[in-house]
Amino acid sequence: MSAFLSMRNVGKRFPGVVALDNVSLEVGAGEVVALCGENGAGKSTLMKILGGVYQPDAGEILVDGRPVKINNVTDAMKLGIAFIHQELNVLDNLDIAANVFLGREPLFTPFKLINRKKIHADTQPFLKRLGLDVPSDTKLRDLSIAQQQMVEIAKALSLNARIIIMDEPTSSLTLTETDRLLQLIAELRQSGVSVIYISHRLGEVNQCADRVVVLRDGKNAGGLSRAEISHDRIVSLMVGREIKSFYVESNAPKTPGFLKVRNARSSRYPNQSVSFDAAKGEILGFAGLVGAGRSEIAKALVGLDERGAAEVSLGGESLKIRSARDSIRHGIYLVPEDRRGEGLVVGMTVRENITLPDLPRYARAGLIQRSAEERVSREQVESLKVKTPTIEALIRNLSGGNQQKVVIGKWLAMGPKVLILDEPTRGIDVGAKAEIYKLMRTLAENGAVILMISSDMEEVLHVSDRVAVMHEGKITGVLERAACNEENIMQLATGRALAEAKPAFAA
Amino acid sequence: MKKELGLLGLLFVLCLAVCGIELWKQLHEGATWGTLELPRFLSAANLTNNANQIGLYGIFSIGLGMVIITGGIDLSVGSMCALVGVLLAMAISEWHWPWPVAVALAIVAPMALGWVHGWLITRMNLQPFIVTLCGLLIYRGMARYIADDATKGFGETAGLDALRWLTTGALLGIPMPFVALLVIGTIMWFVLHRSVYGRYLLAVGRNEEAARFSGINNRRIITSAYVLAGLLTGISAVMFAFWTNSVPPSNHGNIFELYGIAAAVLGGCSLRGGEGSIIGIVIGTTLLFVLQNLVNILEIKSSLDYTVMGSVVLVGVLADQILTKRRLKAQGARH
Repeated sequence: MSAFLSMRNVGKRFPGVVALDNVSLEVGAGEVVALCGENGAGKSTLMKILGGVYQPDAGEILVDGRPVKINNVTDAMKLGIAFIHQELNVLDNLDIAANVFLGREPLFTPFKLINRKKIHADTQPFLKRLGLDVPSDTKLRDLSIAQQQMVEIAKALSLNARIIIMDEPTSSLTLTETDRLLQLIAELRQSGVSVIYISHRLGEVNQCADRVVVLRDGKNAGGLSRAEISHDRIVSLMVGREIKSFYVESNAPKTPGFLKVRNARSSRYPNQSVSFDAAKGEILGFAGLVGAGRSEIAKALVGLDERGAAEVSLGGESLKIRSARDSIRHGIYLVPEDRRGEGLVVGMTVRENITLPDLPRYARAGLIQRSAEERVSREQVESLKVKTPTIEALIRNLSGGNQQKVVIGKWLAMGPKVLILDEPTRGIDVGAKAEIYKLMRTLAENGAVILMISSDMEEVLHVSDRVAVMHEGKITGVLERAACNEENIMQLATGRALAEAKPAFAA
Repeated sequence: MKKELGLLGLLFVLCLAVCGIELWKQLHEGATWGTLELPRFLSAANLTNNANQIGLYGIFSIGLGMVIITGGIDLSVGSMCALVGVLLAMAISEWHWPWPVAVALAIVAPMALGWVHGWLITRMNLQPFIVTLCGLLIYRGMARYIADDATKGFGETAGLDALRWLTTGALLGIPMPFVALLVIGTIMWFVLHRSVYGRYLLAVGRNEEAARFSGINNRRIITSAYVLAGLLTGISAVMFAFWTNSVPPSNHGNIFELYGIAAAVLGGCSLRGGEGSIIGIVIGTTLLFVLQNLVNILEIKSSLDYTVMGSVVLVGVLADQILTKRRLKAQGARH
């Protein structure tokens, strides 16, 4: 097979991080290459470079042996590179034909009206080829996710795409839909179309890939030929990065089973439920690949998922949690992943944000006592070392790390019994990171239950006393500290059972 | 606070301009420095009249402002005024209800309608614009139907002296609606700028999600803003009905909502929500009426009233936008 596409020694750095370092990737005509790697291994960055979204800092890209420069998405399209994103890019108010030929509609001259007959006639053959048996004037919103994905593939084919990049294409598909997609990929391969398949579902990779390329820490970690592909071999290439863990066991007393969560369900995975125990005084890490449903469970737990539910008991007392107010009343707080969208009101001041969840406490007869507010805000700002000119500064003018400290501060001011931190250090500089880790430990030692959701393997291993690993909405196992290593976590995160893993709760 | 000071400055300049132009006209018409008369703008009659209208419009503008702060809008204010006016007039002069009961109805009815708006917006997830636009149409129609399209009034009904004094009288020479605006404005200042509820309003308006994550009951807060708008509309409508003394259901209170929105926006409320102040809204209302005076004195055709008003609001908002941008840039440069 001749290499249709080759990316050679590609490098890309963002402020503060090297996302890709000397990465190479070759794809032959009609070849299906699976791209695997942990969260943050560089898969998305590499694909965005191929799709024209980012420009590489180093290296070259060759199509048909000729060097090319891909400045934008249009360039990529012209070269026959199509990108099907995990979050589909469709206009659901328009019909199939309009989506397929968006921006390239056949027109009548001289008034440039759309030639409806031709656009539908032109769409039909693609739908037929993909086995999508719906009229081409169906609105996208009336199609299932799988069908919408087919429309995107039809669009790619109509653009004469020679390579289709699929990013986690099966994450919202049912089993039969997944089978259909894998079958389609085989058909595409037959007709000479190449596919780059990004997925953390290694079973699918095993089923459809001709070759596997694994990235780790922004570098090539190795490749596997068709004959070599197996779950274990992929995982062993994904892990094995050098991890600097400074985990120090804490001697603080722990009360196992202090927090019990049973049958927690989120609207994302309504058919899966999660149960686990956490000890007073411990930091329980939640690891898993992006999309495993960890954040969703956290939201269900604190009553922020209207269609979710969870049975929670704290220190033997079972709690009724139907809204965020309920969980806040019981001392269970969430530091959400999206700190600017959900954690803070960025147009308000540090003081106003810190006191927001507990305002009635600062009020007498409904009127807020400014001095009490100021005192508590100042305490938090000082003890958390928030770098802000005054407590009256607007949140939007603070750096990410300091914003995160304010989110934590607003809950610390209320004495957490359970603090759930979702990606607590994402986008935060190293210094602030260390402070946040220390803070979590201090809180645990003072008798709080800390649940930390993190997609950063280093962080998980660095901070957690135990690690619960999730995969597709379920906890696949809990690792005691001694069994906490990257390999074990990855096995569980990709859906494998593991002898070292313990059940998540005592019945 | 800076914004309010700027507005106050603008108001002051406008007042000076009005007086200046009047004096200049007198000189132009042959008066000498010695024979100059007090500008008509500053005459007791004009000031009283202005204060009266500022009071009437200011009260419902504050209510509308609260709704705008939550990121919503209330287009039904004018129609509600007509409906309340018709109900009040008929209850008193046709159904012969005791006036306290009639007034209670006139205030509770718009609150109930406000609650329905809030319910539709927060529970049924309808857009505020649509809900209150439907309100605008429905209440106007109801007012006309109930009154059978006839103008209603209070005629010679006896025993209304106390109510007439409360609505159209004066306290220490200050017209009652303005007194009411001062009282309501003060209370609402505490509510918006000092109370827990006010902080919630601002937080919900700025970022509903973050407010929800902090345990705030967004639905209740938003609904209550519409109820509050109903209350203030009701109070203003009662006073307005007695001021005009007759209520023609087809045009009573027409486009009040637009005056209210203009006043609130001019006073610093953002239609995106989360921003606004009571003092700003009151100054905004005042600006609109001083502007009206200016239009009269400049002998601009009154048909151009709305054009002038619209232009001023536009310029005001544009200036604010440009200044804000410049301030943010300056802040960015310092970092």
